[in-house]
Amino acid sequence: MSRLSHLDELEAEAIYIIREVAAQCEKPVMLYSIGKDSSVMLHLALKAFYPEKPPFPFLHVNTTWKFKEMIEFRDKTAKELGIQLLEYINEDGVARGINPFDHGSSYTDIMKTQALKQALNKYGFTAAFGGGRRDEEKSRAKERIFSFRSATHAWDPKNQRPEMWKLYNTEIYKGESIRVFPISNWTEKDIWQYIKQENIPIVPLYFAAERPVVYREDDIIMVDDDRMRLNPGEVPQLEKVRFRTLGCYPLSGGVLSEAVTIDQIIEETLSSVESERTSRVIDKDGGAASMEKRKREGYF
Amino acid sequence: MNGLLKFITCGSVDDGKSTLIGHILYDSKLLYADQEKALLLDSKVGSRGGEIDYSLLLDGLMAEREQGITIDVAYRYFTTEKRSFIVADTPGHEEYTRNMAVGASFAQLAIILVDAKQGVLVQTRRHLRICSLMGIRYFIFAVNKMDLADYSQERFEEISRSIAVLTEELSLKHVTIIPVSATEGDNVTVKSDYMPWYQGETLLSCLEQTEITEEAGSSFYMPVQRVCRPDHEFRGFQGQVESGTVSVGQILTVLPGNETAKVKSLLIGDRSSDQAAAGQAVTIQLDREVDVSRGNVLTDQGQLPVSKEVKASILWMDEAPLKEGNDYLLKLGTRMLPAVVKHIDYRVDIHTGEHLPVQEIGKNEIASCLLEFSQRIPVDEFKRNKTLGELILIDRISHMTSACGVVEQVESEDEKPYFEKGGLQAGGYIFEEFYFNLENAFLSRQKTKEATYRQGDFVSVSGDSFHYPDFFDVISLDDSVAVLVRGRAILDIISLDDYSYSGLPILDERGFALKISSKEDLSDCLSEFNNLGPGNKIAFHNKWSKFETYRRIVCNENFWII
Repeated sequence: MSRLSHLDELEAEAIYIIREVAAQCEKPVMLYSIGKDSSVMLHLALKAFYPEKPPFPFLHVNTTWKFKEMIEFRDKTAKELGIQLLEYINEDGVARGINPFDHGSSYTDIMKTQALKQALNKYGFTAAFGGGRRDEEKSRAKERIFSFRSATHAWDPKNQRPEMWKLYNTEIYKGESIRVFPISNWTEKDIWQYIKQENIPIVPLYFAAERPVVYREDDIIMVDDDRMRLNPGEVPQLEKVRFRTLGCYPLSGGVLSEAVTIDQIIEETLSSVESERTSRVIDKDGGAASMEKRKREGYF
Repeated sequence: MNGLLKFITCGSVDDGKSTLIGHILYDSKLLYADQEKALLLDSKVGSRGGEIDYSLLLDGLMAEREQGITIDVAYRYFTTEKRSFIVADTPGHEEYTRNMAVGASFAQLAIILVDAKQGVLVQTRRHLRICSLMGIRYFIFAVNKMDLADYSQERFEEISRSIAVLTEELSLKHVTIIPVSATEGDNVTVKSDYMPWYQGETLLSCLEQTEITEEAGSSFYMPVQRVCRPDHEFRGFQGQVESGTVSVGQILTVLPGNETAKVKSLLIGDRSSDQAAAGQAVTIQLDREVDVSRGNVLTDQGQLPVSKEVKASILWMDEAPLKEGNDYLLKLGTRMLPAVVKHIDYRVDIHTGEHLPVQEIGKNEIASCLLEFSQRIPVDEFKRNKTLGELILIDRISHMTSACGVVEQVESEDEKPYFEKGGLQAGGYIFEEFYFNLENAFLSRQKTKEATYRQGDFVSVSGDSFHYPDFFDVISLDDSVAVLVRGRAILDIISLDDYSYSGLPILDERGFALKISSKEDLSDCLSEFNNLGPGNKIAFHNKWSKFETYRRIVCNENFWII
């Protein structure tokens, strides 16, 4: 058997999965959220088909509340690599003024979950790659690599298809779709080590820098633009922070950090006492089962 | 560092699988602070009266927490100072056996939990059989809840004896048995003070130290996943090397077609390389145009079997029972094709291992059956070439994965000679019946006759699906042999070189009429055959042979059982 390194083995597994989808599914798409996991997924897709370009488009579901630096990074990346990038915004939600300050968990539902469903329906994608990892959260830990979705995009965790070896069952009826998670078996540490090994470009927000922030309960929130609602008398202060996960800036908690290189990030990750999801404000909304609930309803 | 270990925990309901893994994670300080906080909070309202309920670390689905059971397999990732682990914690309920099998297909080692009070249960046996079926070779039996059995050495030894009977029956080589208490932590990560009579390792150190040696072949093969064609210049075959190594310049055979070509270039991912090894994702360019598509297998040797029929051990996972004659979509390697369960040989009794003759197989049962594919494919025994011996059956209507299984035996394709005289041999199946199966829309040969015909033998010229004249000639172009049938007997078997047109009807070795009615026709036919290019064989047959002159299609619904 192979004496491949742990990372090489994970890479080969992911490439195999990505190729299987391209060969067997009618209309695949890769979700691209601009985060570190998405950067790794994009890199794997480029490798999987080389010298061909990935034979599917990349979809960014934009809530309109992403960090500015993320959007800049996204556009630069798509242009440099010559990949097909689709952006989808739930315009209805925008028109209704749905925002993370007033609408809490319905904001996530409308601008992310519903937007994603709308986008998948609009283009008729039959398979969507996501960068979910099993070490992120307990209901993710239970999900198959090829995860079946009904015509209403619902996940039925009690009735998942058995998944043996690498014999993935991609049979579906019209209207149904499959979510595919090629990096299911990667941990946060694997992601960082792979980014280092492969020299993969990532959004600069992952590295510590002085940024204008405010403190909200346990969270450090960056004031990325003037839409940020400040409490009376509240003044953003400069702190050296970085982000472990990236999403909508009012919902992404930063951590105080001195890590400005990948090595320093890996060091911090290894010695961290908190899992990465604590820095996602949305996950605390709704208790332990909130992720499973959102997934059943169609969230990625 | 001993490298990554993938393992599963299995055993019956409430044997404490999730608790055991939860305890290892907790003891090894492998939890993040927020996870530990959540665990303590959840335990307060849980069923252990405020004591830490370690299983809550793994049972992540709402229904699981509600019912206090594990429904689906959960994967956890952890690293100790000595090793990295991925553990699949699997459900114990019979209802969710399929999810347990999912975990087993991925693992190198299995921890089988046995409740010290209950001993070896049906579900323990079922899980052990499934683990063994799916190819796991390393086993640790954790005899759990020793605290509730007064840490009794006698009880432990009693259970050890019944485990030994089982492992012997299944010929398992690497077996360790450890007495533990998952809730109290005895012999989990630290040695128990209550069981001084146990001299062996703790469970964790056993996991850290077990060395997995893979039994893999050394010859190269790769099922093709897709063809990469970015432009007219480049045509590469993408897949994962399953075994051995492949190098630039090496001659490869394409199965099932048997064409050969040399490796012109090799990519590992996006990096050009001279050589690639097992496990790597590659793109292979060949030096000449050969017919290769998804599902073909590239190999460096001609020894991989190609066949239409295999004997397989399967685990049935569908609510609807498996019956003889049912057809499914079969996935094997990178190939998907229709297949029929031609015959159920037996069901394995979960308790005793006995082989029971049955007509149908129910959910969660293990059986041995004969599968026939709709075409010849490269396939091998699971124990020889793992990837070419793993299969799943998919229901054509519900699209459920109905079964998983492993190939135990590839039915040989080497046909015995059909006509034989001295050094002359010719294959064929002119006197065999073909039936059309109404339910599956398959035309299939009923292979009942193993006959070899020699000079002087009488032959039966009519059957259900054929009716030949009493006097005719058979010519086998592939074998260059002619057979002279006179008055329903074989007058002679001669070389095609010595054959001349006799005026009698001429058939091929399959029973098709050949459109030859003169000396000129015969010589045209022979010379066309001798100048056939590789792609023109079908056109040649369509031009010269006619099925329906002497043969006819007859229907039969249950021909498998005949």
